[in-house]
Amino acid sequence: MRKILTTEAQTPQSGTPAGLPANSVGIVEPQSHTFPGPFKLACGRVLDEYTLVYETYGTLNADKSNGVLICHALSGHHHAAGYHSENDKRPGWWDHYIGPGKPIDTNKFFVVAVNNLGGCHGSTGPTSINPETGKPWGPDFPPLRARDWVHSQAQLADHLGIQQWAAVVGGSLGGMQAMRWALEYPERLRHCVVIASAMKLSAQNIAFNETARQAITSDPDFRGGRYLEEESLPRHGLAVARMIGHITYLSDDGLGKKFGRELRSGTFEQGVEELVEFQVQSYLRYQGDTFSSSFDPNTYILMTRALDYFDLAREYDDDPVKAFSHARCKFLLVSFTSDWRFAPERSREIADALMHANIPVSYAEVESPMGHDAFLLPNARYENLFAAYMNNVAREPGSAKNSEVPA
Amino acid sequence: MMRQDLDIIHNWIAPATRVLDLGCGDGALLEKLGREKQVDGYGLEIDPDQIQKCVERGVSVVEQNLDNGLKNFADQSFDTVVMTQALQTLRFPHLVVEEMLRVGRECIITFPNFGQWKARWHLAVSGRMPVSDLLPYEWYDTPNIHFCTFKDFEVLCREHSWKILHRQVVSESPVSGVLKDFLPNLFGETAIYHLTR
Repeated sequence: MRKILTTEAQTPQSGTPAGLPANSVGIVEPQSHTFPGPFKLACGRVLDEYTLVYETYGTLNADKSNGVLICHALSGHHHAAGYHSENDKRPGWWDHYIGPGKPIDTNKFFVVAVNNLGGCHGSTGPTSINPETGKPWGPDFPPLRARDWVHSQAQLADHLGIQQWAAVVGGSLGGMQAMRWALEYPERLRHCVVIASAMKLSAQNIAFNETARQAITSDPDFRGGRYLEEESLPRHGLAVARMIGHITYLSDDGLGKKFGRELRSGTFEQGVEELVEFQVQSYLRYQGDTFSSSFDPNTYILMTRALDYFDLAREYDDDPVKAFSHARCKFLLVSFTSDWRFAPERSREIADALMHANIPVSYAEVESPMGHDAFLLPNARYENLFAAYMNNVAREPGSAKNSEVPA
Repeated sequence: MMRQDLDIIHNWIAPATRVLDLGCGDGALLEKLGREKQVDGYGLEIDPDQIQKCVERGVSVVEQNLDNGLKNFADQSFDTVVMTQALQTLRFPHLVVEEMLRVGRECIITFPNFGQWKARWHLAVSGRMPVSDLLPYEWYDTPNIHFCTFKDFEVLCREHSWKILHRQVVSESPVSGVLKDFLPNLFGETAIYHLTR
């Protein structure tokens, strides 16, 4: 018999409030911590201090070896699982994969989900006040790289007393951060789970991001990025940016199956002059509008730039094998067949580089019609594979004590 | 229970070496090699259920279709490249063996013997393609599209100047077990070849 971990007995959310699903982490509350600077960024600028907002699920074990860090994607945030109140219509963005009995099992792991620096959900970012001017940072917020996020997440780990993560996990842009973790802090993670990601974006990917940024900056309400000061908001531009992004996150097949050429209104009847609206038009507009009322345009620009700039092997002579030869953890990679934004080929390149570097890696190409979004959605094969991998992560002994990082 | 051929392969692989297992199935061989001989390496597999089993065992498995070749692996980057019971499923078996010997210093291949008496008997008497417990498919739905006999395989080895380091024939039934040593191509069920250039 295995010893029952204290976490299983004392999970604070063990009594899920009525009305919420039993396998949910339940009601969760964001926390925040302000880190004293100076915090030097990849661009050369320095933040005097910064705040990170985060949520945790599950309980940290006695030797602090069961921590799992969730790195979010472009439009993600710290609310990855559970509900903020019983009236919430929807749980956190990765609730399907984080919770008791789920692949990232909160009965076994202490899960930390953070809103990245530069975000707009409470962590220091373009909407925060610039201490030098007393006004919102806006477009003056320093450009960030994935490595800046990784370094700030490492400070959060220090704050939580986590010397070594059991796993660092992320999809898409989150997967890029997870890989960067493996290179920047090789001794501080035992496993790296990289889902629907890439070592760098393709020209086509950058082109989509640029079109999205142009949609934002060409909105007259953008005001050079100082819309907060001027009490305006480039809502329309951000909505269009999101619509562009959203199309690329779905597949032709997926959109076709969901909407086909169904009409929402109007008719094609001859002799009747009435404009038609396709269901897909109204769906996209709804997605754009919802997003633009909850996300900051400058953050969107900052995040897409960080995506574009990311190149895992740039500092390693552009040699991914050389880059990964610094890693000490094991890897799980997953891609989805209909994902054309982060296509399976990109994950295969990661797998090849890892195998060349003789690093343990498992890679699965999961059948899905859901495009890039598949990494967020239910899928039996993905779920089983992820659960099996994480189950082994939970079973192996934590080795935090043996791998103190030299100062 | 390990398949007999896996036991023999296990003995042929030196400790602390690097192995690539093509069509690694549920990962049983790699797991045992890792546990007992500190061998590390990867399995390549395309069947999602088998990949799942590998991950459950903690074996490193990469989803890859062998028919697309091994272009993603460097020359001589593994000590041994193994392929068990998959040769007959490939579109161009001889090209894959060439690739195995490019990627690995040595390779180990196992395949079912189509010259075994049961298959011969089945074809001779019924006039139909052999279907047995070992090869339970009809001709039209079988994944096994390139059957050969031991003799056929040795002709292939000669033609390509592949050196046979070891050869062993296994058979599950006790009678065949004795007879296979005298008439391997008639009584052997599975052949295991250890090749190098």
